[in-house]
Amino acid sequence: MSVSAHDTAKPARGFKIDLKTAGPLLALILLCVLGYALNPAFISEGNIANLLTRSAFIGIIAVGATFVITAGGIDLSVGSMAAFIAGVMIIVMNGAVESMGVGVWTVVLGCGCSVILGLGAGLINGFLTTKAKIEAFIVTLGTMGIYRSLVTYFADGGTLSLDSDIRDVYRPVYYDAFLRIPIPVWVFIIVALVGWVLMNRTAFGRYCMAIGSNEAVARYSAIKVDRVKTLTYVLQGLCVSLATIIYVPRLGSASAATGVLWELEAIAAVIIGGTVLKGGFGRVGGTVVGALILTAIGNILNLTDIISNYLNGAVQGVIIVVAVYLQRGTFRRSKRVSAE
Amino acid sequence: MPGTDGEAAPVILAASRISKSFGEVPVLFSVDFDIRRGEVHALIGENGAGKSTLIKILSGLEQPTSGTVELDGAPVRLPGDGQAEALGIVVIHQELNLAEHLTVADSIFLGREKTRHGFLRLGDMRRDAARILDMLHVRVDPDTRISALSVADEQMVEIAKAISRDARVLIMDEPTAVLSATETETFFEQIARLKASGVAIVFISHKLDEVMKLADRVTVLRDGQLIATVSAGELTPDSIAQMMVGRELSNLFPPKKEPDVDAPPVLRVSGLAAPGISDISFTLRRGEILGFAGLIGSGRTAVAEAVVGLTTASAGKVEVRGTPMRFADVAHSVAAGLAYMTKDRKGKGLLLNVGLQPNLTILTLRRHLRNGFINEASEASALARAVRRFDIRARDQSVRVGQLSGGNQQKLMLGKVMEAEPEIIIIDEPTRGIDVGTKQQIYHIIAALAAEGKSIIVISSEMQEVIGLAHRVVVMREGRITGVLEGAEISEAEIMRYAAGLKKAGEDERISA
Repeated sequence: MSVSAHDTAKPARGFKIDLKTAGPLLALILLCVLGYALNPAFISEGNIANLLTRSAFIGIIAVGATFVITAGGIDLSVGSMAAFIAGVMIIVMNGAVESMGVGVWTVVLGCGCSVILGLGAGLINGFLTTKAKIEAFIVTLGTMGIYRSLVTYFADGGTLSLDSDIRDVYRPVYYDAFLRIPIPVWVFIIVALVGWVLMNRTAFGRYCMAIGSNEAVARYSAIKVDRVKTLTYVLQGLCVSLATIIYVPRLGSASAATGVLWELEAIAAVIIGGTVLKGGFGRVGGTVVGALILTAIGNILNLTDIISNYLNGAVQGVIIVVAVYLQRGTFRRSKRVSAE
Repeated sequence: MPGTDGEAAPVILAASRISKSFGEVPVLFSVDFDIRRGEVHALIGENGAGKSTLIKILSGLEQPTSGTVELDGAPVRLPGDGQAEALGIVVIHQELNLAEHLTVADSIFLGREKTRHGFLRLGDMRRDAARILDMLHVRVDPDTRISALSVADEQMVEIAKAISRDARVLIMDEPTAVLSATETETFFEQIARLKASGVAIVFISHKLDEVMKLADRVTVLRDGQLIATVSAGELTPDSIAQMMVGRELSNLFPPKKEPDVDAPPVLRVSGLAAPGISDISFTLRRGEILGFAGLIGSGRTAVAEAVVGLTTASAGKVEVRGTPMRFADVAHSVAAGLAYMTKDRKGKGLLLNVGLQPNLTILTLRRHLRNGFINEASEASALARAVRRFDIRARDQSVRVGQLSGGNQQKLMLGKVMEAEPEIIIIDEPTRGIDVGTKQQIYHIIAALAAEGKSIIVISSEMQEVIGLAHRVVVMREGRITGVLEGAEISEAEIMRYAAGLKKAGEDERISA
């Protein structure tokens, strides 16, 4: 995933830019060294596998968010959307047990539902922002509330649990490994690679950057702005549905507390990775690193007792603010040059 | 010289031998200007003549490179950031500066609110605002929000604001540009009232009839030089137009190569109407350069945007090579071989925070796809071609476009549009804000394109440019075409007459060439 570092730094731009591109990666390495120094168990295979698996949910969602943010939008609904999709998946699969029995196809049906719901939810967010011309923040704030309350309603205020027989069939999706790498990590890797290619090697990625950078220029350059923006939300919905598919077998349940604050963690991962919040510049590789950094912080706090684990959020908050501050610094400098 | 006329009213504000350069570009050369108590003084000149700069210097927004500003006969250094208001010098800019969510009373007292113990005295401010509005005979409730006002009322609020600041000198940049005929009448009455109360008024206008009607004295600037300050009574519209223009064309322009007499029309627009324009009809022939002249805001850009589908036309027809077309967006018009190059290169033309290559190919990215993926080698060779063809100079090709000079940005934008290989190119303000050397290059590129058989529309506020390049010139005023000039008729004075509304094509409307 560090391929992206090669790409943007390819033209000989000197040391400064290299450092900036590699910044999040350096921070992650530093964090790992620190983790190892504090507790050598950090580097154990079990812990690394656990860390990567945990980061997969936020990471996959954050890859989608990278596109939305690069094109100048924002999606606050992803956490509730994940909870909502998880709830519907469980209801559908439990309901299908009678007619389809307990088998792989029931799980496939659930996953199919997830993908359709994700795409549909993304399409709704996209249409409301582009066709109804409501600001993305407001649209997704609204849908966030709607999905959250729907899942609470479906669960009747409690918890929706997956039929235990199906759970046994579905379990491997979260707990098994292929070539010693857990399945969720494989999904994460594939999503990240596809995302990277989309962002850096296709017209779609280029258009996202152009729109986020200056919508008027994009429109004057024959880009179908509304369509591209809607697609970013659809892509985001798809990422949420994939993350939900690997999340459901982990606990086999969904409740009002599922996916709470995922939207902020996803946005944080995107920002730490070097994507500009107001759009125009997106780095999928950076987002992956950002997701790893966020998970690693929690992991390290768990493994040591220097800082209370309860302060996880505080440490993450500091990291976010520092990352954005560093970003600002470099951008302001370049703006001053252009004014001359 | 300021203050020497014994019997005239005393001079309040004067500029003496003011020169101003931005970087190495001189914009004003030793200009004298003065404003007397109770006088209306019009400042006129072509776009780029230095009017706005002079006003900025008189209001302290810019400092002169040399020369002095005198207030009541004593040299002063006016403070920047609008603090000259405290000295009684108030500017009303062309784009009105009111916050739309505030009320009228809030707006009038914005920045100098009346307070007691740190709390706003809302009642007092409302009463004072009402009193000032009443004095101006403006029927607007002080509690109305700005967003609910008409543009004319907004302007009255600006004037009320100026009066509440005890303005002695009121400077207005094209105050009537946004007003309808009746609103303009009311506005004139206000001006007369202010004048009677001893306020000195400076206004910039492009409408010569207004200048004749309103002004006591008129100062004409051309290319940063003071041409004359004369009393309005001595002027005729023609003599003003003569003073504003009347310069020789240098060899900045390549020789004109007339298109073939029987060249087929490639673009025919008839009866086009869209927001801001109506009844627009013209033809463009193969190999022709058609100039669009007119004042700022006369609707030339609106015509181009309606033709290429950036805005929706409410009536009329656009035919490209005989086929009626209705473009829904830019992609369509580009596909039909019609490209529009915006005048706003920073706001609408280029992505300033990325490099040259993505900017060059953004319009035509599909051509650089291989199996759905961007082929950077093909993009790079397109850039190399464009750099050679248009002589784009960048330190190296990874610099952000925002760091290029205006001229190089303009050439890059031209390259971007030409990547689409259009047959018809509409170029809006081809040389705005770029140096003379690059201007000349661009003129030669345009002429060469026409010689190759491309058809070009050049929209320009620089009259020289239109005259030096175009085979025919369409003149617009207030959203309509007022005349089409051809051959020897094309002169600055003639264009100015049509553009300022002194002459209309009338019955001999030439819809086609």
